[in-house]
Amino acid sequence: MTESTKGNSFAIQTFGLSRKFGDLVAVNSIDLCIKEGELFSLLGPNGAGKTTAIKMLCCLLRPSSGTATIMGHDIQKDAIAVKKVIDISPQETAIAEHLNARENLSLIGGIHGLEKEEVKKRSEELLEMIGLTKRAKEQVRKYSGGMKRRLSIIMALVSDPQVLFLDEPTLGLDPQSRRSIWEHIAELKGKKTIVLTTHYLEEADALADRVAIIDEGKIVALGTPRELKDGISDMQVMVVKAKNLTIDAIEGLREIYPEVKEIEDGIEIKAEEFNFDEIVDYLRPRGVVIESTSRKQITLDDVFLHLTGKELRE
Amino acid sequence: MRFVILAKRNFKEVWLDPLSIGLIIGLPVGLLLMFQPIGKLNPFFTTTNLAPGIAVYAFTMLTFSSGTILARDRESALLSRLLTAPLRANDFISAYSLPYIPVAIIQIAVVFGIGGLLGLEISGNAGLVFLVIFVMSIGYIGLGMILGSLLTSKQVPIVWTAVNLLTIFGGAWVPLEALGGVFESAMKALPFAHAIDAARDVMVHGVGFSDIATDFYWVLGYTLVFFALGIFLFRRRMVE
Repeated sequence: MTESTKGNSFAIQTFGLSRKFGDLVAVNSIDLCIKEGELFSLLGPNGAGKTTAIKMLCCLLRPSSGTATIMGHDIQKDAIAVKKVIDISPQETAIAEHLNARENLSLIGGIHGLEKEEVKKRSEELLEMIGLTKRAKEQVRKYSGGMKRRLSIIMALVSDPQVLFLDEPTLGLDPQSRRSIWEHIAELKGKKTIVLTTHYLEEADALADRVAIIDEGKIVALGTPRELKDGISDMQVMVVKAKNLTIDAIEGLREIYPEVKEIEDGIEIKAEEFNFDEIVDYLRPRGVVIESTSRKQITLDDVFLHLTGKELRE
Repeated sequence: MRFVILAKRNFKEVWLDPLSIGLIIGLPVGLLLMFQPIGKLNPFFTTTNLAPGIAVYAFTMLTFSSGTILARDRESALLSRLLTAPLRANDFISAYSLPYIPVAIIQIAVVFGIGGLLGLEISGNAGLVFLVIFVMSIGYIGLGMILGSLLTSKQVPIVWTAVNLLTIFGGAWVPLEALGGVFESAMKALPFAHAIDAARDVMVHGVGFSDIATDFYWVLGYTLVFFALGIFLFRRRMVE
């Protein structure tokens, strides 16, 4: 999938960006153009190549072929210039455990070349933003997982980067902490170019201006969440809540409707057209007790399933 | 000079970890105090004879600390985060090695300071003793960079144990001659025994540089190899 580069100011452009690990092609010739101020999401399951792509853009991994530019600087030829305009919140919680929150922020601000006073001012604002001001003097190893994660994210903001990479920022967090981080990311929208990798479709749907769906190292779809969903708008999703569903019944139904997904208490069937009577007539003689049927809105998960034949959380 | 900010953090990391402080300062002091009464019974264990070995043994803790901090930073992705800052390879190498030099100097001061209180005497040139063991300390820091670049924080202590044993049997407080044969030859192929022997010869027998030149160059050679290998492996980790 290739994007046109005409007539736009791009913060990030990739040109056939690829990375192999032995025989495994982790990222396969990605061409992307991400506009300045855009919140761009790379959505895909674990092992799809999202983190590898981010690491190449952050000059932490050498591309096997192709290249990319960040704010006009080539990631291979001018890594230092690239590093001056980026920062990253890695997938893992990347903090210095024996330092306190302020010291962690000073460390990152300092190595990015910020003046002490500036770091101090920005640190206080960021600590306030994530509600850690009162515990800013404690060694961070005493923090909860959610607190550490929030600190790890703001450490990527202290240098005030033009381009911010957030690699799975809410991975492993409880729903409350996840929602809190979404709010913080939403506040940054439009102010910075943000590349967000996630395998949570709700995250991409709620936050991203545009989404690239990545699978096995390739971009399989690209657009706004609305465009992606509209791309399969001729599809409908029917939810059938039922008891006594057997594997044979589901497999048989798949011969009529190929996209049948098992869910809790029932099945989801995706198709361009449904024949309700046909479904009922098929299931009832097989001992299935249908409790309810309803239509569901298309989600990015449905888009992913439709494009790749896999679920995001497989 | 942005590397100084990172170097300060690494220096702090050593001193904020109670285990590190215990190993770096507490252990050599404990060994000096433990061997002091034995020295009255056996001349090998006098404070003067053992102080160089204990100082060199104390440097194994530099390998432990520098290796563990680097390995932990790699595992926690803190190093990845730091590597996205606009610093050059030399800045990172300096930040992960230089902070241990003052720690080594503090260790030397503590061992010889406490040793002085316990009756340590230096017959030869004290500066020469310092030079030999200081060069060895840089070698141990280089070893830490090698371990930290290659291993996980759980594997570092395992390999460090081997370094520790090689230092002990290199004559830190076990007479190398008592081991004899192949074992003694194997220990002599490594730098630790040479550092201890050279410093001991200056302290106890008052010899000059020409008498310890071979030992010194042996130590210097290994230190350069350890450090060069540490730098090579670290640089390889920077962009994979």
